[in-house]
Amino acid sequence: MADLDLENVAKSFGDVKVIYGADLSIAHGEFVVLVGPSGCGKSTLLRMIAGLEPVTSGNVKIDGEIVNNVPASDRGLAMVFQSYALYPHMSVYKNMAFGLENTRMDRAEIRRRVTHAAELLRLTDYLHRRPKALSGGQRQRVAIGRAIVRDPKIFLFDEPLSNLDAELRVSMRKELAALHADIGGTMIYVTHDQVEAMTLADRIVVVNDGRIEQIGTPLDLYNHPINQFVAGFIGSPRMNLWDCPAAAVGPSQINVQIGGNTLLLDVTLDPVPNNLVLGVRPEHIEVADEGDADFTATVAFSEQLGGETYFYCDVEGLPQITIHLMGQRPSTRGQAMPLRLRRDQLHLFGADGLVLHQGTATRGKA
Amino acid sequence: MISNAMTFLLRRRGRRKLHWTDIFTYVYLFLGVMLMFGPVVWLVLSSFKTQAALQEFPPTFLPLGQIEVPVDGFDKPLPLFSVTMEDGTVRELAQIRRVGIVAQMVDPANPQEKLQIPIATREPLREFRLAIENYTKPLQQFNFFRFLRNSVVVTVGATIITLLINSMAAFGLSIYEFRGRNMTMGFIIGTLMIPITVILVPVFLVVTKLGMVNSLWGVILPGAATPTGVFLLRQYMLTIPRDLIDAARMDKASEWTIYWRVVMPLAMPALAVLAIFSVMWRWNEFLWPLVILTRNEVYTLQLGLNAFQGELQVQWHFILAMTVVTLLPVTIVFAFLQRFITTGIASSGMK
Repeated sequence: MADLDLENVAKSFGDVKVIYGADLSIAHGEFVVLVGPSGCGKSTLLRMIAGLEPVTSGNVKIDGEIVNNVPASDRGLAMVFQSYALYPHMSVYKNMAFGLENTRMDRAEIRRRVTHAAELLRLTDYLHRRPKALSGGQRQRVAIGRAIVRDPKIFLFDEPLSNLDAELRVSMRKELAALHADIGGTMIYVTHDQVEAMTLADRIVVVNDGRIEQIGTPLDLYNHPINQFVAGFIGSPRMNLWDCPAAAVGPSQINVQIGGNTLLLDVTLDPVPNNLVLGVRPEHIEVADEGDADFTATVAFSEQLGGETYFYCDVEGLPQITIHLMGQRPSTRGQAMPLRLRRDQLHLFGADGLVLHQGTATRGKA
Repeated sequence: MISNAMTFLLRRRGRRKLHWTDIFTYVYLFLGVMLMFGPVVWLVLSSFKTQAALQEFPPTFLPLGQIEVPVDGFDKPLPLFSVTMEDGTVRELAQIRRVGIVAQMVDPANPQEKLQIPIATREPLREFRLAIENYTKPLQQFNFFRFLRNSVVVTVGATIITLLINSMAAFGLSIYEFRGRNMTMGFIIGTLMIPITVILVPVFLVVTKLGMVNSLWGVILPGAATPTGVFLLRQYMLTIPRDLIDAARMDKASEWTIYWRVVMPLAMPALAVLAIFSVMWRWNEFLWPLVILTRNEVYTLQLGLNAFQGELQVQWHFILAMTVVTLLPVTIVFAFLQRFITTGIASSGMK
């Protein structure tokens, strides 16, 4: 176990900049998830930490020591690949033992460690099989086992669950969380799936276009996204984001136009921009009485999941709105639905995408 | 087993009647078999013919030998002929001796009566007979086992060295990214355009300086690095997933371990192909050993065979027989290794 620091780490391939100076510090025993859309550079960042990709500028430090020029094999890290990268010509046992044999470890010790890892991952019955005779989930566990036996300073996971089917993904996710609780290593996990990020992470690092957008605990990111990208990326289904014209009403009040309706918000903004982006999560839109409603939408379609219901509604002048309500709500297509936005859960973003304000007190309808 | 093979061989597209594609296919395949297999069959059949039979024109398809019968009053069996007599009857007579165009003949049933027969009126009587002596004689007199040993040493030694150094070059040119990698590869491929005859003299001078004339090493080493082999292995190694190499690096494997324990086992199909090529090249190699090896005891089989080809007389019957013998090992090697070629890439550990 160890801690890791990235200091202004940048990467370019020729003239193409892939990572623009990333700063990140990860404490001993922490589970950190790097999340971002595909092609955002999160895997490159992980490979630089692993030592598989050289750093263009900046420093990678493990336990306070700069390891920029230390080859991958000497950094003492272990990595689980998206493709699993099991050696197809070796048995499961050999796959797990390979890394230990390379350190010239005692045979009995290798056997002890591999057996222990196999028990932990329920692979004991498959030790003599080749990878091709295993199911996807089993291969995944072998890949994890290969990392565990090494007892590495830091575990690196590169989208380890993306090749599994949905059901298996959920159960492997739980196993990974349990594993972390069990062995307590420092883990860095890359994924494009924000649900994985939310469920597994102690802290999430949101990466976009080679830049770290925000670092924080899952709920921190969910409740207080610092920009429009994080707001849109974290949370499923997505936050509703609307471009709205705004105008100052008084010193601490603004008017916001959503569709054909006007919202009066108690916000102090200086200066008040002409246009801003209003964000509200699907679960923060409520069905209200006619008199209380901010606006009325018509139901385009709905998804009834039994325990919860999603509505996709059209409002004049706005993109489609997603609403998340608990319980079962029978509805018909085209039905009118008076809606009210929870004022304490509104997010306002400026034209540059940065957050202007979060959570506003209510002042009723304008 | 047999019935399976028959159904396999006699498969066709038409259900009841032959479809025209069936006829086309069988004609085409038959021509292919004739083209590929015909010369081999002809070689094997001819290797069992006597020297006289080989020079006959028109040639016979099967190896035939003249029938000989024992006749009372003669120590050796006499050759039998079918003779058309002056009165038009046909008799089977044995020849005692021949003087010019007249042969002195005898009826095996009536050994006392001797007949003078002009040779134009008689035909030799022949039966199917294998001239085994084509094989046994050279194997006893000719230094066959010595030559065989030399050929085996050259082939096995050269193949192992070829596989080793070609795979190392291919590993370097496929696994590592470096400036000038493609240029290096192009350079290696470019050497394919230089024929061996051009570099024969310079290489010979090098080998002479190294004191390897008349040593098998002089045959093995100069041809060990082949551009074809490097190219073949490199293209195959490029298909090995990058992640496996990265995974091995994360597993603290040294570069040598990656080469020997990860890349080599995965490149098995390509290595098998190169091994077959190398065995065939080395086994059949003639010009280079001819230049390097001058003493009889270091001759390879191909050079040994050349000894039957004198300036004035070519002993075709021995050449053919020994050619069949030299073909056997390559055939066996091919039969053994070809299953590796069809083994697909072991991609199953990856998704």
